[in-house]
Amino acid sequence: MLVIHRDICGYCGACVSVCPEGALELIDAYLTVDDHCTACRICTRICPLGALEVADEAKV
Amino acid sequence: MKRRYDVLVVGGGPGGALAARTAAEKGLSACLIEKRPAIGVPVRCAEGIGKEALKEFIEPDDRWISAEVHGAQIVAPDGTSMTVEQKMAGSKVGYILDRKIFDRELVWQAAAAGADVFVKTRAVAPIMEDGRVRGATVAFCGEDRKVAADLVIAADGIESKFARWCGLDTTVPMRELMSCAQYVLTDIDIDPHLTVFYFGNRIAPEGYIWVFPKGERTANVGIGISGRKSKDGHRARHLLDRFIADRFPRGKMVECIVGGVSVCRPLPCTVADGLIVVGDAARLADPMTGGGIANAMITGRLAAEVAAGCISKGDVSRDALMPYDDGWRLSRMGKSLEKNYRIKEIFITLDDAKLNALIQSASRLDLKDFSVLTLVRELIQRNPKMLLELKSLYSVLK
Ligand SMILES: Cc1cc2nc3c(=O)[nH]c(=O)nc-3n(C[C@H](O)[C@H](O)[C@H](O)COP(=O)(O)OP(=O)(O)OC[C@H]3O[C@@H](n4cnc5c(N)ncnc54)[C@H](O)[C@@H]3O)c2cc1C
Repeated sequence: MLVIHRDICGYCGACVSVCPEGALELIDAYLTVDDHCTACRICTRICPLGALEVADEAKV
Repeated sequence: MKRRYDVLVVGGGPGGALAARTAAEKGLSACLIEKRPAIGVPVRCAEGIGKEALKEFIEPDDRWISAEVHGAQIVAPDGTSMTVEQKMAGSKVGYILDRKIFDRELVWQAAAAGADVFVKTRAVAPIMEDGRVRGATVAFCGEDRKVAADLVIAADGIESKFARWCGLDTTVPMRELMSCAQYVLTDIDIDPHLTVFYFGNRIAPEGYIWVFPKGERTANVGIGISGRKSKDGHRARHLLDRFIADRFPRGKMVECIVGGVSVCRPLPCTVADGLIVVGDAARLADPMTGGGIANAMITGRLAAEVAAGCISKGDVSRDALMPYDDGWRLSRMGKSLEKNYRIKEIFITLDDAKLNALIQSASRLDLKDFSVLTLVRELIQRNPKMLLELKSLYSVLK
């Protein structure tokens, strides 16, 4: 499951551009993820700030 | 907001602004929507643009020019540097803009030409009829409205969701997304008319660090690295912090900027039935430099020109809109995008030793008398170990 750390996110939209599923959407300063997310981790890699993380379901 | 327009423009960056301005100038009813509450902020840009490219669209004005650039300095991983002066750098010499004001000015011009403009208004879905785009559902302060249009111009930048919703795959490959961070630093020692580019796989893997002057003691200091080189503890921000601690330890941060730039090839097709895609949304940033302001303006304007012709003939099908796609692809801009893509692909294979050797030998040449081609030929002679890379570079440039 994708976790968005809002205190880190710079709402730049870089993650939106690489998401193969189109699962991310930026609404002004608020990034959202929908259930098309496959936890592929591409967005977590490219984030310039490290605001995205795939968390273990069990731990959430 | 009216229920119907000839053209609906999604996105209020330079691409969208030029599309709306041109459409209105051509006598079309046009509406530009921007999802952010203000045009031009937050900035996601290093703000550099060539003089000639800018003048095509707007008269330079001190209100939105932060600095005039007379030359560029290139710094190799080992610190060797070379400076390319005005005469040699050609159209690359230009301005550092203040995009908060610049973007707003462009949208103001669109409004003055007669276009409607709405901020905090987001396209949430296209209106599709028989597989054709016929407008968009837009959300304004939580309220959904349907806006019909003969044609939608998607100018929604790096996110490029609108074209995706219409069936075009706009996904940027991870390795071709430059992950960027930048600070506006003040109280630093810089040359206020020189842009500086630092290369090296350790400091900025598959990318570079830039220092773009914004005044006597202020600059945009930023970094772009390939998405595939970005990882925990080694992200754009971390590498930039490291560079700044080393170079400008006393710099004061007045703005923090992040963003993504695509350095992939453009979308294979930038039109569909009732849809034209422009600027960053069409993946038209330059793969070598990451610059995309000028290309967004070029394609924004062209999109509206083609739209005007097609709307007056009552045919906005993909085929009828193809002159837009062919138009930019066959233009100087389209050709240089392809050339620079291929140069970038060679460039990212160079390790630091090769980058050092290249910049060292180039710095010893008297650049005034060289064209880019003779420069590469000269470099081949001086760097026999890099024959392979330089030969392919030469064949791209030829
Ligand atoms: C760190 C960094 C440095 C850069 N440096 C330079 C540089 O020095 N020189 C240069 O030429 N280029 C540079 N670029 C690239 C440049 O910023 C872009 O190429 C340029 O802004 C593209 O213009 P555009 O109009 O296509 O898109 P944008 O300027 O990105 O505008 C798109 C707009 O669409 C809006 N939008 C998105 N989705 C929707 C929706 N659903 N509904 C309504 N509105 C929407 C967005 O909020 C945005 O305002 C840089 C980019 C970055 C990230």
